[in-house]
Formats: sequence, structure tokens, C-alpha cells
Amino acid sequence: MKQFKIILLAKQVPDTRNVGKDAMKADGTVNRAALPAIFNPEDLNALEQALQVKDQFPGSTITVLTMGPGRAADIIREGLFRGADDGILLTDRAFAGSDTLATSYALSRAIAKMKDYDLIVCGRQAIDGDTAQVGPQVAEKLNLPQVTYVEQIQKIENKKITLKRRLDNGVEIVKAPIPTVITVTGSAPACRSRNAQLIMKYKHAKTVSERQDDNEDYLALYNERPYLNINEWTVNEVDTEAEQLGLSGSPTKVKKIENVVLQAKESKAIEPTDAGINLLMKELMDSHTLG
Amino acid sequence: MNNIFVYCELEDGAIANVSFELLTKGRQLADELGCQLEAIVIGSNLDGIENQIYPYGADVVHVADDSRLAPYTTLPHTSIINFVFEKEKPQIALMGATPIGRDLGPRVSSALYSGLTADCTSLEIGSHEDKKAGKTYEKLLYQIRPAFGGNIIATIINPECRPQMATVREGVMKSEIRSKTYKGERKNIDVAKAVKPEDFVIEIIERHIEQKKVNLNAAPVIVAGGYGMGSKENFKALHELAEVLGGEVAASRAAVDAGFAEHDRQVGQTGVTVRPKLYIACGISGQIQHRAGMEDSAQIIAINNDANAPINSIADYVINGEVMDVIPKMIKYYKANSK
Repeated sequence: MKQFKIILLAKQVPDTRNVGKDAMKADGTVNRAALPAIFNPEDLNALEQALQVKDQFPGSTITVLTMGPGRAADIIREGLFRGADDGILLTDRAFAGSDTLATSYALSRAIAKMKDYDLIVCGRQAIDGDTAQVGPQVAEKLNLPQVTYVEQIQKIENKKITLKRRLDNGVEIVKAPIPTVITVTGSAPACRSRNAQLIMKYKHAKTVSERQDDNEDYLALYNERPYLNINEWTVNEVDTEAEQLGLSGSPTKVKKIENVVLQAKESKAIEPTDAGINLLMKELMDSHTLG
Repeated sequence: MNNIFVYCELEDGAIANVSFELLTKGRQLADELGCQLEAIVIGSNLDGIENQIYPYGADVVHVADDSRLAPYTTLPHTSIINFVFEKEKPQIALMGATPIGRDLGPRVSSALYSGLTADCTSLEIGSHEDKKAGKTYEKLLYQIRPAFGGNIIATIINPECRPQMATVREGVMKSEIRSKTYKGERKNIDVAKAVKPEDFVIEIIERHIEQKKVNLNAAPVIVAGGYGMGSKENFKALHELAEVLGGEVAASRAAVDAGFAEHDRQVGQTGVTVRPKLYIACGISGQIQHRAGMEDSAQIIAINNDANAPINSIADYVINGEVMDVIPKMIKYYKANSK
């Protein structure tokens, strides 16, 4: 039976869905500390699709690739707990300030270094920016085809993959050659939960930087169990051109950030009684807002 | 050269609404910049398609007409746009933030190494001073969009790279005919020269495209429910009210995520933008991401048991009470008094 090498592109994002009152500071800037950092939801949908391929073709492997600060290793561990096989954290100050294009460039260079792969899967978009750009841009940089808005990987045979796409107004079934870049939409099945055995196996999985804080008798563990090493690649490990990275590799610049100010209107309070509602409805009908 | 380009999307052989909205905005920007507005249409059987586009003020309509180009697939459309843009060097390129525009835009921007801003809610022309580099840029496109779940509004610029690319969701901009007699010029794109055989590696096996079941943009009255409705069962009351008033039912993202309503009813930053005559927000707290999609409604009624819900501050009428008590009263009065 064929085995597939799958790369999952994932991002650690602030949980913008549950923005509470303390999420904005008094000066109108975002209080990142108040927002929990999570595995981008649609990247989890993508992980599930990858895991289903692995279920069907035992021996297939999933490598989680993420770019971010050191703490983004958390989502690699999360991936390992749910069934991924290893992970790469792409982390360096040189990547800071990247827009989607510079991000895609860095990710594509890391993928190029891995050479041998059959599928690249990722979420359609990340909830901190909702741009949906990185998947297609990575595909373009690697000169691979792309299939976006995928809800299900239906079949893989004869070096072709059959995919179900969920569009605004319907469904499309497409067949693409391998390798290809697939972006998975939130309507795809939710990701399976963590596996207790995998948590036990990988709970000490760490990057080199994280290991530096450990005491020495612990370090022997990483030599005994190489799967606990999360790869950490800095800009030196990846073949890149400096001017295409970070701020200088980003054509888009943020000119201005404004806090959203509520334009309070003069509201009329209506009593939730028969009399109150009847008066309101009469007013709306008299002004032809209704009827 | 250096004009504004709008990629016109096709729906059943007709230009999509979002493309007319972009043409309208593109025309305004072209007037401000003193340049021309050009459109690009890619598909099959496109005789006379330019006549749908001219009235919006397009000076040139580039048409790629080939049976292999419909339905849409990524690679050939990308190749054709790159082919045209490399020759014409647009200063601005606009696309709909639709499944097609969001598939195509990033691919083109990566190939041309140009900046792309997704889901803009406003586009303006302005200048920029880069103090560090001691440079001033005139007449840049300000690409304005919400970010961080709608909690901030960011203005994005592309000082150096061209075209300055942006996508915009349907319904965010208004569509307006410039002149019924506006006359432009059709230019046919040499498809054979623009595409490569390997652009056709993706095979479409099946397509089930349904007419949109819900058309929120056309509804004069929208009855919207939020997470505060509590259940899918309670949403039935909203459907009843909407039916009586001749409106449609919409929902907040939280209500859609909870399974109370279908995804195509979602209003907000990641859903549809609406501006009906009357928007009745039931059990909606009014997070920014929702308000972004409805705050331009002519009249807003908020029905909520939370006196401090943010939605109240943008509502014309605030009913502090239980939605399930209030709605039957509204239905009863309307039924008794409408002709």
C-alpha cells in the first residue's frame, strides 16, 4: 500500500472569536496577553483530513510546519498529541513583520528544503487576519497546483487526489495531481481530540531553545528518544534571500491602526409590553419602514 | 498603461454583482487619479459581455474567451491575468472577495510580487510619507480593512509594488451605473499565448451550483438572531416574524457556529454585509464583527435582555426584554393592522 508524506502548515493565532472586554487596552491597542493563543481552527480541520489519509494509508506521515515565535511550538505539540509524526518550528527575528507574501516565501523555502512530500495541507485562512492568502501563495512559490475551500479528501489513487470543495453556492468535485496544495475550510469535519497515549509519548517534546531551560538529567531523554526533538529552523537552516524576508520582503505596509469607536446613536427605549410594542409597530408602519 | 483593473467574475454567463460594485468603485478611483478603468473577463461564450460592463464606466474590456476557461480553475485564469498585467502594468487591481477572487488574487499577487489586501471595507486615495527613507508617495491606494476579529481597523498601503491589489466582499460597496451610453473598447486576449498546457491539470469532475437560497441583500427587512436566542427551536419565531413582515432571517456568527442557523444567513465581517430598511437584532450582543455587517441599516431595533449590550448603542429602538415575549406581540399587531 502506498504511503504519503504530508506537510501540514499551521499557525498559532490569538483567539479573536472570544474577544472579551479586556481584550482592548485603555489606549485602544490590542491586549494580546488577554487573548489565548490557539491552534488556528481551520488548520485543525486540515489536520483531520491529513489524519484520515494516514488512517487509510498506514505508514503515511504528517509533519507540522509552523512559523512563529518560540511559543508556537505549543501547536506542534498539539499536533503530535492528535496524531502528527513530527514538527518543524520556523523561527527567527529575520521573519518578523512578514506580510502574507513574505510568510509564504519563508514557508515555501522550508518546504523546498524538505524536498520529499506528496501533499501540503493547511486551513483556508487564519482567524487573526482572515486573508486566505498563504495557501495559494505557497502553492505559487512552489509552482504547484492548488485546491482551496476543500471539505473532504475523497480518494487518492494513481498519483491523483479527488477533493470535494465547498463554495458559497454549491459543491465542486475536482481531481488534482500529486503533489498539490490543499486549503481546508471550516465546514470540514472537526479534528479528533488528543490521544491519551500520544500525550504520554510526546508531552516532553521540545525544541532546542525550550530544552535549554531543562536540567541536565532530563537532557539524556532527548538522545534516547529522538522523536521528542521538535526541529527548530532559523534563517540559517533555510536557503533564502534576505530581501524577501520579514518587513523588507513584504510589499504591504500597515500605515495606520485605529481602534473601532462605537458611534452611539440616540436610541429610543421601548417597553416590552403590549402598549410599548404596539406604539413602535404603529410608528414603523406609519413611516412605511414596514408594509 | 497604469490604469485600474477590475477582474469581473461570471455567474451563469452574467457578470456577478460584486464585480459591478468593484467597477463602480474603480470608476470613482479612476476619476480621482485621472486614469482609465479597465475590466478583464475570462470565460467561455462571451460574445457581447462587454456591453454589460461599459455602463459602469469601463474604458477597456479585456476578454479571454475559450471553452477551456469555464468553469473557473485557478491556473489558466492566473496565467491570463499575469499575461495582461505584465503588459498593461496596472496601478490598481480589484477582485471580489469570493471563493474565486480569494483563490485567484493571492496566486496572482505571488507571481507578480505585488501586495494584496483581503476583504477591504473601504478604498481611498491618499499620500504616504516614509520618514525613515525620506520618501513621499503620492496617490497611493489606502486599503482599509478590519483586523483582529474586527476590533481594529487597519489602513494598508503598497508603496513600491504594483499593482496595488485588493479584494472586497459582495455588498460592501454600492453598484451604480455611470451612464447607459458609456462606450468602451473590447480587446480580445490571445488565450493560446497566455496559457500553458500544464495549466489544465485540475479536472472538474462534478459541479452542483445552487441558486442562493437566501438573498439577504435584497431583503427590505431582516430579522436577525444571535447566540442569545438559545436554540434552533427559538429561531422558528424569527422565521415567523420575517415571513409576516416580508423579510429574511439572518444570524450572527455565534448563532451560526452554534448551529442555530445556516451559514449563508451569517451577517458580519465574515458573512454578508446588509443595509435593509429595518434590521431587527434579537438576542444579539453586537460584537464589532457583527456590527460591521449591519450598522448601515436604515433603522435598527435591538431586542435584548442585556441592558448593556453593545448593539443597543447603535440601535434606533431598544427593547429591553425577552425576545420570545416580544416577537408574538409584533406579529399580532402587524397582522391586525396591515392591509
